[in-house]
This record gives sequence, C-alpha cells and structure tokens, in this order.
Amino acid sequence: MNKNKVQLLNKRYKAEKRFRLYGQSAIFMALLFLIIFIFKIFSTGYSAFQKTWLIVPVTFDAELMMLEQNPSKEDLKDADYYDIALKSMADLDPNANENQENELKRMVSYFFEREIKRELLNDPSLIGKTKDVYLTASDDLDQVFKGNYPRDLPEDQRRVTDYQLKIFDQLVELGKVESKFNLSFFTYPDSREAELAGIASSFMGSIFSILVCLMIAFPVAVLAAIYLEEFAPKNRFTDFIEVNINNLAAVPSIVFGLLGLGILLAVFQLPRSTPLVGGITLSLMTLPTIIIACRASLKAVPPSIREAALAMGASKMQTTMHHTVPLSMPGTLSGTIIGLAQALGETAPLILIGMVAFVNTIPGSPLDPAASLPVQIYIWAESAERGFVEKVSACIMVLLGFLIIMNLFAQIIRHKFEKKWS
Amino acid sequence: MKKNGVKMIKISSKNVDVFYGKKQALFNINLDIEENQVTALIGPSGCGKSTFLRCLNRMNDVIDICSVKGQIIINDFDINDKSCDVVRLREKIGMVFQKPNPFPKTIYENISYGPTIHGMAQSKNEMDEIVETSLKKAALWEEVQDRLHEPGTGLSGGQQQRLCIARAISVKPEVILMDEPCSALDPIATAQIEELIDELKKDHTIIIVTHSMAQAARVSQNTGFFHLGELIEHGSTDKIFKNPENKKTQDYITGRFG
Repeated sequence: MNKNKVQLLNKRYKAEKRFRLYGQSAIFMALLFLIIFIFKIFSTGYSAFQKTWLIVPVTFDAELMMLEQNPSKEDLKDADYYDIALKSMADLDPNANENQENELKRMVSYFFEREIKRELLNDPSLIGKTKDVYLTASDDLDQVFKGNYPRDLPEDQRRVTDYQLKIFDQLVELGKVESKFNLSFFTYPDSREAELAGIASSFMGSIFSILVCLMIAFPVAVLAAIYLEEFAPKNRFTDFIEVNINNLAAVPSIVFGLLGLGILLAVFQLPRSTPLVGGITLSLMTLPTIIIACRASLKAVPPSIREAALAMGASKMQTTMHHTVPLSMPGTLSGTIIGLAQALGETAPLILIGMVAFVNTIPGSPLDPAASLPVQIYIWAESAERGFVEKVSACIMVLLGFLIIMNLFAQIIRHKFEKKWS
Repeated sequence: MKKNGVKMIKISSKNVDVFYGKKQALFNINLDIEENQVTALIGPSGCGKSTFLRCLNRMNDVIDICSVKGQIIINDFDINDKSCDVVRLREKIGMVFQKPNPFPKTIYENISYGPTIHGMAQSKNEMDEIVETSLKKAALWEEVQDRLHEPGTGLSGGQQQRLCIARAISVKPEVILMDEPCSALDPIATAQIEELIDELKKDHTIIIVTHSMAQAARVSQNTGFFHLGELIEHGSTDKIFKNPENKKTQDYITGRFG
C-alpha cells in the first residue's frame, strides 16, 4: 500500500471517530438537560406530597356547640363548631391575649372547623370529652416544617410571626406536629389557600376534555383518513385537501383557541370554561395528527394484501374493512394516543376558552366548569404564596406521569398488535 | 381437453389494447385459452404478459391510470362490459401472485375468507370441509392439519404459496391465473407447485405467467410468447418450443435475448 493510500485511510478513520464523538456529545447534552429538568422538578415538588398536621386537643363542649341533651345526627350537623374550634386553638397558649389568639387561629387552615366537625360526626360519643384532632397546618407553617421557610428574615417581612413560630416550635418539641401523605392534593379542588389546594378539579377537567377530544377526533379522523387513502380519487382537489391537513397540523394551538372562543362560545353559545368546549377545541388540534398517523399506517399495509383480498372477490369496502384497516390499527391507535398526549399538555387554547377560571368544585360532567392540569400549573405558577411553589412542581410531576403512561400505552399497543407479513 | 374432437375455448380475447396513461402497454392481443389446459405466457421482462394476465380478472382496475380496450369473452360474456360485476368475476377467476401473500391471519381464516364473503358455507361443518378439501387439493393438508389455527405467515415460502393456491381454489373458480408463482421459491418448492398445477388442470383452466422457459415447457399445453406488448406467437407448447414460426420466438427460446 502506498503512502497516499494509508493517509487517506487514516483520514477516513479519524473522520468517523470525530463523527461518533459529535453524536455522543449531542446525546449527552440532551440527557443532561433532561436530568437537570427532572431533578429540579422532583427536588421542588416531592415535598408537596406530604402535608403538615397540628395535633390539637379539642374539647367537645355541648354548651359551646349549642347542643341539647341527646342530640340527633341532624343536630350534630347543624351545631356550631366555630367556638370550640377557636377555643381549642386559643388553649394552646393559656396566657395568650386577644391578638395572639387570632394569630393562633391562623396557624391552621380555615378548614379547621370542618375537620373538628368531621371528627364528631364520626364518633358522636365524643360530646363532653377531649380528643386530639389532626388539623391542617397553614401553608406557611407547612413550609416552615418542611424547612423551606426563611426563618431568619426580619419579622415584618414574613407572614409567620415570631409568636406563631414560638408556639409551633413548642408543638414540634411535644411531638404534636406530624407530616403525613397529602391525600387532599389529589382529592381537593383548587383553592386560594395553598394548604387546601388540590388537583381534583383540574385532573377531572383534563380527563373530560381528553374524552370529548377522543370521541370527536378519533372517528372523524379515521373516517377521513380511510376515505382519503383508500377511496378518494387522486386529483388536484384531494391534493389540495392533503396539503391543508398537513398545514393544519402546523397551526399554532392558540389559533384553535381563538376559533373555539369565536365560534363555539360566541356563535353556538356553549357553556364557557367547560371541558366540552375545551375538548372540541383540542379535537380540532388532534384531528390532523390522527389523520396523518392513520394515513401513514394505511400506506404501510403492503399492497399485496389488498390485491390478495381483491383477487378473492372481496369488494373495495370489504378489502378495506376486513384487511387494510385492522392491519393499520396499531399505528393509528398509537398515533391517536400521541395526539391525545399532545392535547393533554396544551394550555393556550384552554386559557382562551375560559378554562383558566378559578374552579373550586370538582366537575361531574363535561358540562361543568373545570380547569385542566397544564392550566392549573399556569394558575399556581402565577400565585405569590410560597406554598404554591412546590404544588406547581408536583402538578407537573402528575402531568408528566400521565403523559409517560399514555406514551407507554402507545408503545405497548404498537408492539403487541403489530403483525408481521412476508 | 377435447369434446367431440373440438377444443373448448374458455377465454377469448379480441383486440385487447392496454394503456398506462398515454403509454400503450399491450397492442391488439388476440388469444384464445382452452378449457382445462395450462396455458403459459412467456416473454422478456416488461413485455406485457403480467398486464395481460391481470386483464383477465380486471385487477388492472386497481391502477387508476390503466385503461383496457377490446373484448375479453369468458362464458359468452364480455368482462369489460359495464354490466360485468368484478366481484362476481373474481369469484370465478382466482389468482395466485408472484410473492406469496397470505393474509396475516390463521391458516384456517386464510382459506375460509373467500367462501365466507361469497356465502358458500351454511355451517361450521361445511366450512371445515371446504378448508380441508382446498388444503388437500393444494397438497398442503398433511403439513398443516395440526396447526390450522396458527398464522399463515409462519409457514415456509413454498407452503405459503400453496396456501395461496388453496385460498384461490376454495371458492371453486373456473379459471386460475398464476403470476410467476414460483419465482420466489426454491427448486423443491417449485417442483411441488408444478406437480400441483398439473393436478389442478382437471378441474380448472390455468393460465401461468413464467420467466422460466423450462417451466413453461414442463407444465403447459399451450404457450403464448409476448414481446414489447405484442403477442408474437401462440400455439401448442410443443410447436412453440420445437418448431416456432417466428424468428423472434426462436431467438428467445434459444436464449439469444431476454
């Protein structure tokens, strides 16, 4: 081998080595960003799954509750719990003055009255007795207990007063502060109070929107794709339709939001802020994604299968329905799920059609006002309270979990139902 | 086969022209196909023999730009006539393709598909019988009787092709078109299929397109030689191979081109 050839060969090897290095560093960069992102979200968000409770002795004083002798269940429901609730908080410091009693009351959520009521309704024999009751700590004390609160700030720049901190520290020392799994994050609707805010309303809103979206987008898209791919004549008009479907897939989502606002709300007068309108708007967005996926998987069905069916005397319709469509279903379904996952993460169009409204009820149908998970993230990210910071990350974690499950499902469908043909 | 000494003509094509868009692929084809005989169509690649074959069950309808002119008469009926229903036509004229193309379903479903859509079986028993006879006729029964409910795509290439033949004969067609049925198979599988073709001609008229002249000589009674879209010569296989009239035919047969 002459020298020139050896040089050329070496050059070739080096070029390949360099190229591999570029590729590896690109992957490394991508992974690094992903890890930073996930680490950031988990490190701020994991604490939201814990909630701080104050264990406060409550005396169920019949007189304070305005209860007669032998009260019925109805009486217990109508009783006045505010006074005993207030008294049990005030009793935490027997020497407290009126101001301090107020501060003591603000150490727990404004739900404390209901939490005490629930305790008694569960066990009516508590009347006249004293029992330790778990009360939700205020969001600021929750943050103090989790170590996220800047205690060393001067008092006038904090929402937690020195007095509250002193009592809280005493309770911690007595073991009267406990951290438990934050079930209410999943079962409560949104709230202005961080300690009571949950994702139930936005989660249900997302589910309803996605269902409405699926029920509209899937049949329309699949029928359109089958017609275009298998039946429509190939001419300028169908070319024009095809180009427009591809363009539709590239339209920014906020434009669909404007469409929803201008047509669904203004013209058709559909109820504002509801998953119904959200789902219809999202289905417009998902439609081209599913059409494209469905057409691609119809195209991937080998023509030999169609010919085999036609040669057996199957009609066009039978060929399509018995052979082509079933074979294209795995691709169509995974495309659908990916389209739905996109829709699930969509925020802008939902904000435009009013799903950004503060909703503190859990929607029971697509016609009830609701938020959605990404919009909930947006709402909480805008809130000033310290307690919402971890909630934003926790909500992102729920959304990501949802998306990962959906994508996993798409993968499974693809692998499980994919058929091999010769 | 001769009836009272007269050859029965099953298919007769008259002045058939085929166009792909503006390009003419077949020029004025006049060919009579005898009943219960094997007719081989030979010729170099792109000569139009497959195109002609696909005219006989109107498979060219699938291709948008393809148009067929002229008459193709089967059982005194012009299949290019508007009143002809392709579904009925293809029930009578089965087809086997170049590459084995079983449905990605079970062996049983592959066979039962045709009889199902044409409503040929009233009960499960009848269907079982159709499946069994079809597979037996295609010389596949022995090999697959224990695994009828396994996917047809799991068979070997030769078995798949015999499955396709079984599928084609399941609807009892009068004619079977075969488009290079052995080109994707090894010599042993090819020999099995050729034997099968010989067997099938008792009940069916067979038209086979083949690249292999040896195969044409082995299996067919009649041969048509296509070149550049024209039917150069046709007649009994013996005559075409031993004593061709046309120079082009002779050149092709002797391997001077193609």
